Amino acid sequence: MSCATSDLEVQEEEEEEGGGGDHEERAHLEEGGGGGGSFQTQPLRHDDLKEMLDSNKDSLKLEAMKRIVAMIARGKNASDLFPAVVKNVACKNIEVKKLVYVYLVRYAEEQQDLALLSISTFQRGLKDPNQLIRASALRVLSSIRVTIIVPIMMLAIKEAASDMSPYVRKTAAHAIPKLYSLDPEQKDQLIEVIEKLLADKTTLVAGSVVMAFEEVCPERIDLIHKNYRKLCNLLIDVEEWGQVVIINMLTRYARTQFLNPNINESLLEEGSGGDKTFYGSDEDEDEDEEEKEKNAEAPAMAKRKPYVMDPDHRLLLRNTKPLLQSRNAAVVMAVAQLYFHLAPKAEVGVIAKALVRLLRSHSEVQYVVLQNVATMTIKRRGMFEPYLKSFYIRSTDPTQIKVLKLEVLTNLANETNISTILREFQTYIKSMDKDFVAATIQAIGRCATNIGEVRDTCLNGLVQLLSNRDELVVAESVVVIKKLLQMQPEKHSDIIKHMAKLTDNIQVPMARASILWLIGEYCEHVPKIAPDVLRKMAKSFTNEEDIVKLQIINLAAKLYLTNSKQTKLLTQYVLNLAKYDQNYDIRDRARFIRQLIVPTEKSGALSKYAKKLFLALKPAPVLESPFKDRDHFQLGSLSHLLNAKAGGYQELPDWPEAAPDPSVRNVEVKDSVPEWTKCSSREKRKEKKVEKPFYSDSEGESGPTESADSESDSASGSESGSGSEESGSGSESVESEEGSESEEEEEDEEEKNKKKKKKELKKPVQESESEQSSEEEERKPERKSKQRKSDSESESDEEESESESSQSESEDSESEAEIKKKKKAAESKPPTKPVKKENKKEKKEMSLLDLDDFEPAPSPQVTPVNTFLSNSLVTDLEGLSLSDTVLSPATIAPSSALKNYELLHRITGEGLSVEYCFSRQPFSPDANMVAVQMQFTNNATSDTKNLHMEDVKLQSGMRVKEFPEIELLPAGETAAAVMGIDFCDSTQAANFQLCTHTKKFFVSIQPPVGELMRPIFLTENEFKKEQGQLMGMNEITEKLTLDAKCRNEHAIVQRVTTAANLSRVPCGSDKECSPPVPPPDHPIHRFAGRTVTSSSLVLVTVATKEEGAAQLTVNCEKMLIGTMLVKDILLALTQ
Amino acid sequence: MIHSLFLINHSGDIFLEKHWKSVISRSVCDYFFEAREKAVDPENVPPVLQTPHHYLISIYRGKLFFLSVIQTEVAPLFVIEFLHRVADTIQDYFGECSEGIIKDNIVTVYELLEEMLDNGFPLATESNVLKEMIRPPTILRSVVNTLTGSSNVGDTLPTGQLSNVPWRRAGVKYTNNEAYFDVIEEIDAILDKSGTTVFAEIQGVIEACVRLTGMPDLTLSFMNPRLLDDVSFHPCVRFKRWESERVLSFIPPDGNFTLMNYHVSSQNLVAIPVYVKQSISFFETGPCGRLDITIGPKQTMGKTVENMMVTIHMPKAVLNANLTATQGTYTYDLTTKVLVWDIGKLNPQKLPNLRGSLSTQVGVPKPEDNPSLNIDLKIQQLAISGLKVSRLDMYGEKYKPFKGVKYLTKAGKFQVKMLCTAHFSTNWRSEYI
Repeated sequence: MSCATSDLEVQEEEEEEGGGGDHEERAHLEEGGGGGGSFQTQPLRHDDLKEMLDSNKDSLKLEAMKRIVAMIARGKNASDLFPAVVKNVACKNIEVKKLVYVYLVRYAEEQQDLALLSISTFQRGLKDPNQLIRASALRVLSSIRVTIIVPIMMLAIKEAASDMSPYVRKTAAHAIPKLYSLDPEQKDQLIEVIEKLLADKTTLVAGSVVMAFEEVCPERIDLIHKNYRKLCNLLIDVEEWGQVVIINMLTRYARTQFLNPNINESLLEEGSGGDKTFYGSDEDEDEDEEEKEKNAEAPAMAKRKPYVMDPDHRLLLRNTKPLLQSRNAAVVMAVAQLYFHLAPKAEVGVIAKALVRLLRSHSEVQYVVLQNVATMTIKRRGMFEPYLKSFYIRSTDPTQIKVLKLEVLTNLANETNISTILREFQTYIKSMDKDFVAATIQAIGRCATNIGEVRDTCLNGLVQLLSNRDELVVAESVVVIKKLLQMQPEKHSDIIKHMAKLTDNIQVPMARASILWLIGEYCEHVPKIAPDVLRKMAKSFTNEEDIVKLQIINLAAKLYLTNSKQTKLLTQYVLNLAKYDQNYDIRDRARFIRQLIVPTEKSGALSKYAKKLFLALKPAPVLESPFKDRDHFQLGSLSHLLNAKAGGYQELPDWPEAAPDPSVRNVEVKDSVPEWTKCSSREKRKEKKVEKPFYSDSEGESGPTESADSESDSASGSESGSGSEESGSGSESVESEEGSESEEEEEDEEEKNKKKKKKELKKPVQESESEQSSEEEERKPERKSKQRKSDSESESDEEESESESSQSESEDSESEAEIKKKKKAAESKPPTKPVKKENKKEKKEMSLLDLDDFEPAPSPQVTPVNTFLSNSLVTDLEGLSLSDTVLSPATIAPSSALKNYELLHRITGEGLSVEYCFSRQPFSPDANMVAVQMQFTNNATSDTKNLHMEDVKLQSGMRVKEFPEIELLPAGETAAAVMGIDFCDSTQAANFQLCTHTKKFFVSIQPPVGELMRPIFLTENEFKKEQGQLMGMNEITEKLTLDAKCRNEHAIVQRVTTAANLSRVPCGSDKECSPPVPPPDHPIHRFAGRTVTSSSLVLVTVATKEEGAAQLTVNCEKMLIGTMLVKDILLALTQ
Repeated sequence: MIHSLFLINHSGDIFLEKHWKSVISRSVCDYFFEAREKAVDPENVPPVLQTPHHYLISIYRGKLFFLSVIQTEVAPLFVIEFLHRVADTIQDYFGECSEGIIKDNIVTVYELLEEMLDNGFPLATESNVLKEMIRPPTILRSVVNTLTGSSNVGDTLPTGQLSNVPWRRAGVKYTNNEAYFDVIEEIDAILDKSGTTVFAEIQGVIEACVRLTGMPDLTLSFMNPRLLDDVSFHPCVRFKRWESERVLSFIPPDGNFTLMNYHVSSQNLVAIPVYVKQSISFFETGPCGRLDITIGPKQTMGKTVENMMVTIHMPKAVLNANLTATQGTYTYDLTTKVLVWDIGKLNPQKLPNLRGSLSTQVGVPKPEDNPSLNIDLKIQQLAISGLKVSRLDMYGEKYKPFKGVKYLTKAGKFQVKMLCTAHFSTNWRSEYI
């Protein structure tokens, strides 16, 4: 020590001689330019600090140290103070000491010699009776990165690893990776220490030692065997950071030790065929291959012996599951990836909910979680489908989150939900965030390629976007359209024409290039336009961007090959321009193409094949997710996020072909008793207390270890172990764990059962939801009243409320049981039927969106064009179409009701009179049109010829399907015809000219609002549900007094259905209210329909009250239609 | 694991650095600054960046970037969650997490960082443990410290560090024993332009303030736990009790903490407390538009809606707004194009209305994009899901504590897509994709 002090003095003298400046420069150099602020440090102030440090007063020392640490924190260089600071390492004041430690750890590496002076202090600290001091001494000692002290550190770590205090042992575990990074040669010795600490039974040490294991020897998986069960059981009590590390490590461990739980399932799937669609048919090809390989080897074996999950595998899954409820996102993610990589397919679903929960966390958490969800959705789409709406985008989301959510939505899209997703996408296109809009357009493109049914719809939508004002939107659309068209070009020559026109306006190079490529590729579809485009392009060639120039050359070459007559000169011109271009790529291309296509005497054999080369069929591009195949990285890892292997990443091994010996995990009792428990001290007793997992539930958790211990000695232990494990789980399920749990347990269930389960899963949750919600509704008033009661009572007088609450609790639990029963009943129903229904429903919903593809097939009714159907027949047919639903008095259709309107009066028509009515039948050529039945009467004395329509004037969006020309209408005769008008859900008139061979008459047809809809069938419940969603502005209510003549049900129904083309909603047909209820005094009549064009719901409710008073409610998405309809119905009911 | 931490302020200055292993030069941050510039918005900086030798993982909190430097594989969420925990701790200690506060307490922050990580691996993150080692500054203590020269650093090992209940220290004593719970629910919803609910759900949180002597063991039970669909707990809550009995059984941390977060099952229809009638239109000709918003109560369960506030992000082309509000005040920020209408209490008799004209940039075509409208509100004494705490029992201690439960409903991410019209007919057409 005396030697040390003298050294110090020498150092100080040197410093005084050399002056501060010199010193600083050296330090600065050593820092590698790191301390940007080091120039500002003033030697003068440092002298000040030195003085303070040398003083006897602790307060002064403290002040100085605080200032020095503040300097370090700001990144300023304080290394020249090292000698002055290090003297205080033995200071009695604990705060000064701590700050000195902080300083030492920061600068020791730079001033190794001086740092050595402090070592003895720490060595003394290691022997201190206070565990805090022992731990902190070890912590600082191991943090000093000086190679000379490696042996000292090694010794200290070894000693601390068998310290009595678990806190010191934890510190020892932390010190291991520090020493390893300082000197990797110590690995073998360190592994010994790790092995020892892994056997530690306290939760405090577990996380830290596994961390050390991961950094030092992640490949020594054999060290885990004996500790596997203990780690599983301790897991729930380990602190959260340790949990993450342990779970990630155990995932890897399990992959090496257990069999693939899905191996049988995949076999089954292949056997039954087609059943695979559950998790999306786009099961990874690679995996398929892999599985096939395995299957090829394993089938005989696997068929003989059904897969039984190793009880240890089950233990891991069971013990990690509750951690999905952790508040720490990293823990949740760790469990999620464990389930994704290790659990049987049927069980993976549990993680979806937890991951969706994380989406409400900070945006950085969302970012990471969404990346992982995106990868998962490719493999296991079914898992997240019920949470589709959670991925809807908010305008306040950051762009990077929006884009990721889009990715997930796109991955989730399938035939059933695509209409909803596309509708959502429509709103995104109007966003102000242009990057996001571009991403949306690409997403639409991907949906279109993945789901054939909507390809045309998407294409049409994208074509509409071409007229968008924003150039970026247009450009992105062009690029996507190009890709889509490549899949079926022959059908879309008009789109290609349209795009050709765009070349005049679009400036974005990528888009221009795409258009040119398209025209060139499909020039035979647009033989007239293509040369003209080339002409224009030749004109602007010199001003174009490089990618555009290349495509112009391409276009020229292709045209030359197909249509050389018209384009020969143009091509030569373009090639000449390109020959002198500045860009050598373009010059090269021009030269190459000239040689290839223009036959000269020198041209080689290749030119014969020029046509083949250029006009070969090109495969359509595959638009795939950037997240495809990412799951070969362990999910949740940095490598997965970056899609590149990060340093120190441990590959997730493939499942083994055959399970390694499970008995390696059996633990012998004697070994597991650590040495330190033998010594007796006060602390020891404390520790014993700690040892017993205090906080985990006392019954189950400690059990398995013990049982594992007891079963250990026999070789057949594993067998008996599995038995006990199984029975354990059984009893658990008896303990009213949730039903789902017990289901999971039964792994070796029959195949059929499995399939059934799957099918049930397949149904979206909605099914049960609706069932429940109806119940919920029933119960609501009850609950409300309860709430109010308890509200009124103040919280303080507990006695009363307690008794009450306990009562209500029991009630609650009862009802819960009821629900469970019902659920079960629902589940036990044969699954096929509801599925069918579901499908149907979805079909219906499709038609909500006016996507051409989903137009319901025109109903079987064939409307004879020239004859009137009798009204009664109409109603008959209507009844027929509803026959699979409950027939009720509801469908009373207007019996005599069709009202005739005059289109052309006899006098103005010079003898020709025309009347029309809305026949209320589907117009079969186009379901979006309203059928108008016209009746022509020739009152004149001469024949009328060539009766047809002309010069139709319409508001934008409206369309008309003309009636077929009537060639001859003899005098005194009558003829009928049907035309269709798409009013676009507006009451705008359709104006046109009615022409005969001699005259033209201007006429117009204006529909009453009630004719703009068609009836649909809804049950009362559906009606209420829909009505619930159309509240607020979509609801219009009027009070009225019913006309004296229309106070009975029949009259009301008739008047309403006359006024509007709606169908009656049967009341009381719901099976829930089984006892026949006497008709109430004041019935409520409900009517439902959809508008013809946009299929928006129109719901009308007439609630009658006393003495003819009534309330009319109209719910309609289209507010305008709603208001007009209210007026019309009001009129019909009051007159 | 976590190698270094840099705290960076809004203008890109590094004002604190801490290295847990060897020193890494500040220049790594240049990669971050580059990304920061590219992203325009601080929220759009990718949280994970790759540089030739390091990985940078950052979070953005309170206008500060917490940037950590990583060298080897580590779960990114692990780091992100930890960085947020650092920010939480700073907030817990000093009341807020801002550049000024951190600079004022730089030594304490540095000491905290030293305790929170050891060699890059989290060591002590429970605020209870940290507070025993490094005492949070109070006015009284700082006065005493300057007089006596005593320190902020505790000299005993925090008992929490050793026990299996690391969130609670031993020997807590209060003269008034009290336990208060706040049930706070947030409605997240997206309503489309016609007022139909596209998406709605309820998020809840139970914030607790527990000041109880000794080691109390509490059990909190609900009247209707079935409502809770998805839950996450403070580590103190026993999972298994919840699984089997649906009660929250826990030894509480001392002081304020978040007991649980929950999500109300989506089977229940979410009551939307207000409705909004709105229209915004821009004329094809002339530099102006019109705005009309009315708000009314819908399903409020008989409670009054308070602290109503409407925020609209206007299209870029809108220059100014000239509006009249029948209630409350409105402001229009010309640079960010954000219209804020602070309404206050919602009076069901006289519905608040905001209408008037918007002036748009001349020569710029009428904005096509629809702005959306965000709503803030509060309803006291109501948990909109209907969740109700039925009782709180205490075991393990003899005294009788004061107990209380408060309910509050707030709007979370409550968004209404606006109706933007020029003519009715074009609007209809736009519905087709």
